[in-house]
Amino acid sequence: MADTAVKTKDKATAPLHPWPDDVYRVLKEAGVKQVGMVPDAGHSRLIRAFDADPETRLVTLTTEEEGVAMLAGAWLGGQRGVLLLQSSGVGNCINMLSLPAICHMPLLMLVTMRGDWGEFNPWQIPMGQGTQASLEAMGVIVTRADTPDDVAPTVWGAANLAFNTWRPAAVLIGQRVLGAKNFKELARK
Amino acid sequence: MTNPNALLHRRDVVNELLRDRGDILVIAGLGAPNWDVSAAGDHANNFPLWGAMGAAAMMGLGLALAQPKRKVLVVTGDGEMLMGIGSLATIAVEKPPNLTIAVLDNERFGETGMQKTHTASGVDLAGMALAAGIRTSQTVRTMEQVSEIRDLAHQGKGTVFALVKINPEALVFTLPPADGVILTTRFRQSVLGDEALYN
Repeated sequence: MADTAVKTKDKATAPLHPWPDDVYRVLKEAGVKQVGMVPDAGHSRLIRAFDADPETRLVTLTTEEEGVAMLAGAWLGGQRGVLLLQSSGVGNCINMLSLPAICHMPLLMLVTMRGDWGEFNPWQIPMGQGTQASLEAMGVIVTRADTPDDVAPTVWGAANLAFNTWRPAAVLIGQRVLGAKNFKELARK
Repeated sequence: MTNPNALLHRRDVVNELLRDRGDILVIAGLGAPNWDVSAAGDHANNFPLWGAMGAAAMMGLGLALAQPKRKVLVVTGDGEMLMGIGSLATIAVEKPPNLTIAVLDNERFGETGMQKTHTASGVDLAGMALAAGIRTSQTVRTMEQVSEIRDLAHQGKGTVFALVKINPEALVFTLPPADGVILTTRFRQSVLGDEALYN
């Protein structure tokens, strides 16, 4: 099947592409010092890079809105940060996004998508399909990357928007970049 | 002060926490804790929240990590703390030595008609903070204990959580500036200097 061929090709190429390393460099150049995250497989390489970085504080959150508040506090204290989350976590952030919106604080969110290209799990669809609309409803500037080459430049652009114009900005990293999971395949193994 | 079972008055508590405040940085949770902190004296080093319920403790964490040489005091209410209850776990893991969280516990949602919160039914926030791993966590029932918390907050030798049992009294509002940009800018200018205006 052509579909299988595409999936196999993406699976084979996605882990080899160094986009997480490029994103790490972009975030370092942007002066990021605090990283709040609820883990996602798509962020694992970037999380490992920050975990190994003594100049950056990596904070595991119990829920994503904690990170919105933490980075607002960081900004009050003169530090820049980034929030790493999965699209489902965007839903947890909605009211907390009032804070950067009304205070004109920068907030940089890197959102790995589920409920998107090639999704297997139907429960991921409602929030995945509602992610961009939810963010935009709360005044977050949303940009999207759907190829590995496009991720770091998109993050660079969003970081500049966030930190130079004091606005919340999110980058949605499409499932096509990350490779779609297939639990049915995993269950058969 | 003679009856140890008498509930404390919230403005007395906050006035004592902020006595000789020096350069301590204060995050105030939305609602009455905001008005209490503002009644003690509007200050550039206060960040009083008007919304974003559940944010106060985590804003304190981000600020404490960004400014490790400064002391950070979060003053919030039981309802606000309950909404961000997971942040106790996050803060316990990070253990910033310069962060004190004082929860003014009237066991009520005060702004919305004094409905009972979970603490009225026995939920023990100080016990939850302790179990999360914040080792200096206590329930405060006397002004002497409030003074001890005030001193710990200024010493900054470990994360502190204090659950202060207060009278469910409704007091006259004392309002700080409501504009988030004004609050943010004056706070940053005070902490970071005039450079904050240029970046």
